Formats: sequence, structure tokens, C-alpha cells
Amino acid sequence: MFNRNLIAAAIALAFAGAAQAQDAELAKIREEIRQMKESYERRIETLEKRLAEAEATAGKAADGAARQAAAVQSAPAAASAFNPAVSLILQGTFADTKQDPNTYQITGFMASGGEVGPPKRSFGLGETELTFSASIDPYFRGVAIAALTPENEVEVEEAYFQTLALPQGFSLKGGRFLSGIGYQNEIHQHAWDFQDAPLAYKAFLGGRLRQDGVQLRWLAPTPVFLEFGAELSSGDQFPGSDRNKNGVGGGSLFAHLGGDIGASYAWRAGLSYVRATAQNRAYTDVDSLGGAVTDSFTGRARLWVADAVLKWSPGGNAVYRNLKLQGEYFRLRQDGTLTYDDSGQAAPQFGTPISDYFTSDQSGWYGQAVWQFMPRWRVGYRYDRLHYGSIANGIVANGLGPTAADFSLLANHSPVRNTLMMDFSPSEFSRVRLQLARDESRIGAPDNQVFLQYIHSLGPHGAHKF
Amino acid sequence: MHRILMLLIVITAGVMARPAAAALNIFACEPEWGALAKELAGDKAAIYTATTALQDPHRIEARPSLIARARSADLAVCTGAELEIGWLPLVQTQSGNPKIQAGRPGMFEASRFVTMLEIPAQLDRAQGDVHPGGNPHLHLDPRNIAKVAGALAERMAQLDPGEAAQYRARAQAFLQRWQEATARWEKAGAPLKGMAIVVYHKNMSYLSNWLGLREVASLEPKPGLPPTASHLSELLANLAREPAKAIVRAAYNDPRAAEWLSERAKVPAVALPFTVGGNEKAQDLFGLFDDTLARLLAVAR
Repeated sequence: MFNRNLIAAAIALAFAGAAQAQDAELAKIREEIRQMKESYERRIETLEKRLAEAEATAGKAADGAARQAAAVQSAPAAASAFNPAVSLILQGTFADTKQDPNTYQITGFMASGGEVGPPKRSFGLGETELTFSASIDPYFRGVAIAALTPENEVEVEEAYFQTLALPQGFSLKGGRFLSGIGYQNEIHQHAWDFQDAPLAYKAFLGGRLRQDGVQLRWLAPTPVFLEFGAELSSGDQFPGSDRNKNGVGGGSLFAHLGGDIGASYAWRAGLSYVRATAQNRAYTDVDSLGGAVTDSFTGRARLWVADAVLKWSPGGNAVYRNLKLQGEYFRLRQDGTLTYDDSGQAAPQFGTPISDYFTSDQSGWYGQAVWQFMPRWRVGYRYDRLHYGSIANGIVANGLGPTAADFSLLANHSPVRNTLMMDFSPSEFSRVRLQLARDESRIGAPDNQVFLQYIHSLGPHGAHKF
Repeated sequence: MHRILMLLIVITAGVMARPAAAALNIFACEPEWGALAKELAGDKAAIYTATTALQDPHRIEARPSLIARARSADLAVCTGAELEIGWLPLVQTQSGNPKIQAGRPGMFEASRFVTMLEIPAQLDRAQGDVHPGGNPHLHLDPRNIAKVAGALAERMAQLDPGEAAQYRARAQAFLQRWQEATARWEKAGAPLKGMAIVVYHKNMSYLSNWLGLREVASLEPKPGLPPTASHLSELLANLAREPAKAIVRAAYNDPRAAEWLSERAKVPAVALPFTVGGNEKAQDLFGLFDDTLARLLAVAR
């Protein structure tokens, strides 16, 4: 209830201010622009007169002045000038994996339901990203990103509005957006330093956390970067699930701190908290006899993320050489009920859903370094590690029904992955990458992966996040 | 979580009550505009310069420190013409500062007040990293600085009406000195007219246009692409037929390609400060042009 009031208040606050100010402000701005234009024209006229005089006295009025005498430029005013900026990302891979990518799992961790597996073997098309963005009016900016998947489907990656005119360092975002938690979460796949997401992102967020909801950010008025954010969302993404309930389904809080150390170093660190509630969050598992079972979790999930990134380049000029160090730590606690259901089988062992308490406390982290040793060329190394931590499964503990062997996905396993990459960027708009990895996500079946990847960016120069 | 949210709101409300600082807070995208703002505002403004002369202005990142500084700016003074497109839009949206959003009086773009050169007739990335609005390195023509100075002083007067007379008076005095200096530079620079030079990037066009230098080649095969061995060899062969007086690069450009070519072609390599802070002599706008002229004249003989 409180949640609902809060969100209503936040939105009302944001819009009411904007709407009230709108008419008066618009008139004021128009008047200001008119005055500005007049005063500039006057100033420039006198300036040009003076310049011409100065040049004449210096005995050099002829060629330079003629070129400069042209009137001050005005922006083009065609109707199409209002079209949103459109850009397109082309991606694709050539993959060679020892294990079948279709059987990918992270043993020891409940399946997130996200697209976390390696790309398909042989040639494969990545997601083609189509981005539209523009100012809506003086108060809002709009962004829409559609992903055209290799399965010929269209997904809405992001579609949000963002306020531009809230005072005091506030900004409000609404719609579907990548959550501001952690470091890599907000970065789009084409801007990642490796072909795939860190294991911790795959295990604890299903790749990344995408929110359908609202986000309020506040930037502190300090010379050091200090930002706070809060999100209220439907909470239908892992570790939550769609619950078909009124009100707010999930939320997150985050804080980021950052700055420079001299001209050569820049850093950012953060702490985030995600809270979600799952209802019948189901995944498929295999029982001790090899039959398919459906497990589902109902309960609450709390996730903490700590992140840090440090960038170095000589004198702050990253064109020739630069180094980027990045690491994040995740801890997910779940608390609720687990249901085991093998009734879908032709000859089930139990034949009826069995439920009991379930709690888990699991963590994971990764650290990576990317070194640009000369223009265009970078090498990188990433180490991924997940800790099984502790799981208390009431169904196994009461000893009456399914045993630990009937929960093969929850077998005690702490995955490790080592990844090496090298990429070459012919220009700012194109990149090819070779990535080698040894991925021990599955228990007893290490995977050796070789990916060759291209990323091309068409259209206006997009700005990249730090 | 609700308690944390409440706490956040309470803290926020407290901070919102802070009064605004009296002086004009200026966020200068490049050192030349920071220096110009200082000439015009003196101690009436607190000026933060976002980049240095040793950083490639095309390749700046939206670092947290820039976002934090943009947060409380009353006026952002930038080049525009897409020079800052790789970072400024992010800084604007993430700063949560309505004053410096595009189209507001607090967002000053120098490129709107000068005649742009090299506006491409055809826009195609096959031509390299071209700027649709024309070549954005417009500050190396002192006549452009004068035009921008007039417009910037007016903008400051508009945003800080209480000190308007001060800004206008300072602009008058600056323009007086600037015109005298420009006349001096043009007189001294007369021998440079028609001098053939090789540039690193198309970042000297306004300087060349002003002084009448002839750019015969550039080390980058296409704008924004780093020099390649094959392109440099080609340049070497061309220079043997058509000699140039100097290979000119900005302080932030990598010296290696220029030195390689300089050694083999027996043409001196010249590192120009490019902007304020580019070397120890270029500590303000006057020093920038004094030093640039001196370095070019040293190789003209």
C-alpha cells in the first residue's frame, strides 16, 4: 500500500511541476530567444564592422574578410529535422563449443529463465539493435530500443521517457529500461568488453535486470560524483516473477560514487539492493531417473551488488593506450517455498506436487581487465566465480519424498570460468573480437569455447556510458 | 526498504533547501572556451574546464567527475557541431540539470556564431568520422574567437543580469586587445602565406584558412582513422615530389607517425599547442596564438 502511495506521489510531483510551469515558461523562453537573437545580431553586426575596420587598417581587408563576412549560420529547418536519431547495431558470431549450447546450465543455481546460454554453434546472428531517440519537448526525452532476434522476433529492449527539466539534480525515467544497479547492468551488449555476460549476471539476474516501472535518480551537488537512485517496478523479471497482483511488484535502490584521481585515473564504485517477490517461478530439472520435473519457487528474493571500475589512460587521453579494471560482487538470498512436480511424466515416482520450505544464500563475483596496448587493439582477461553457499531444501530434509539426487540443478557446485579476448576496432564504429573461454558452469562437463564476433554500428555517433 | 526510501527523501528535501551560489558557474567543454570565459567573466564566475589540451577532444568519456560538475553549472560553453557528441549528451541527461539542456540559454555552442568550414556535401561514414555541421576545430582562427567572445559575453549578461555591465565592459576591453593582437599576428604571419604543410588530422583547417597555409596531406588516411604504414609510405613518396615545409600536429596527437615521416622526408615536425594548456607558453588565448605563430615562423625560413 505504502509503495503505491509513494509511486503516485513521486509521479504526481514530477508531472505537476512540469505542467504548471509549462505555459508561462514557454512564453518566457520564446521571449528570451527573440531577445537573444536580436541582441546577437546587433553585437555581431558591430563586431564585424569593427573586424573589417581592424583588417582594413592592417592593410589586409581583401580575402579573409570576404570569406568571413558571410552571415552567421542558422540551423536547418526542414520538417525531417525533427525525426528522431536512428541507429542500428549489427552483430554476429562464429562459435565453436565443446558442449552443446542448448544444454547450458549453471549447476548449483536455480535457472533464471533468461537467455544466458552461449551463442549457437557455427555461424550465428546476434541481436540486431534498432535505437530511436529524441527530445520529446523541453521537458522529456524519449528512447526506444528494439532488438531483432535471430529467431525473427522483435523484442522491446528499452522504451522509456526521461525528464530533462526537473530541478535540483533529479531525473525521472519511466517505461522499460535497464536497471541502474551494478556497473554492467546498464551497458548494452554491443558495448560490453566480452561477448557474453559475467556468470554472476547470468545466475542472479538472468543476464541483466530490465525493469518495467519508474526510476528516480538524484545527483548530489558535490564536486565528487554522488548519485542515488530508486526504482519501483512490476518485478516480473528474475529473481522475481509475474504475480498478476496490483501494486508494486519489486524495487531497487542504488548509490554510486565516483571521481578522478589526477588527470589519468577515473573511477566509480557503487552499492545496489534489489528486492523481488516470486510466485511459482518455475524451471525444468531432471530427477534421479533422468525424467523431467518442474520445480517452482514462491517467496522473496533479496540481492546485493557491489561494483567498482577504474580506468587509466596517460593524461586522460584514451586514444593510444588505456586500461580498464572492473569487478562486481553479488549476493542473493531467497526465502520461501519450493514445489517439486513430476506429474508430467508418464511413470512418475511421486505423481503429485510436493512443497516445503526453501532458503538459499549464494554469492558470486567477477573481475576483469581490458588493456588497449595500441590504437585499435585491445586484450582482456576475465575471471568468473560463483559460490554455492548454503541451500536449505525442506523437501530433501524431511526425508519422505524426493532426495537431493532429484534436484540435479541444485547439486553442490561452485562454477568457475576463465575468459580471454582480443579485439580490433578498425574505427569507432566497427569491431571484431576473438574470445576463448573455459567455462565450468556445468558440473563435471567443462566447456571450451571459441567465439569470433563482429559488432558494427550504423548511424549517428552514439555516446557511450563511462 | 520503505524506511530507506523515506530517509532518502528526507535527505533530498534537506539538500534542496540550499541557496544557490552567487557567481556564475561555468562548465567549459574545451580549454579554449574555459580561457575565453575567464577573460570575459574574471572573478564573477567559477569555471570548470572539462578537458585538457592533451586529450583528444573527439574521444572524451562521460566520466563521473564531468557529470558531477555539470550538475551545478549555470552555463556550459562548448564548441558544438558534434565535436562533443561522444560524451556531452550523456553528461547533459545524467547531470539532471535543466539549465544546460540543448536549446536552453545555458547551453552555449560556439559553432553557431562563426562561419563553418568544410561542411561535407555528402554524408557517408566511408569518408571517415566526418561532422555534418562542418569542421568543428574552429578556435584556431582568432577572428572566430572575437565573434564567439561577443556572443558569449551577451549570454553571460543574459544569465547573470546583475553583472551584465561588467561582462560587456570586460568584453569591450578584451576585444580591443584581441584586435590589436590579431593585427600583430597577421602582420607577423605574412611570410606563412602559401606555405605547404602536412597535418595529422583535419584539426588545423581554420588556422590554415586564416594564415593562408596550404595543407597538402594529412597523416590520417581518413578523418578519425589512425595513420597506417602504407599511407605514410605513400605520403613519403609524394613529399619527395612535392616538398612541404612542416609536418604539423596538435599536442594531443601521437608524435610517432609525425616523427617517422619527418626523419625520412627531412621535413621538420612541429607540435602546436592546439589549445590553451598545450604547452608551457600557451597558458592563455594570447599565449596560444603567440606560440603557434612563433613555431610556424621558426620552420618557414
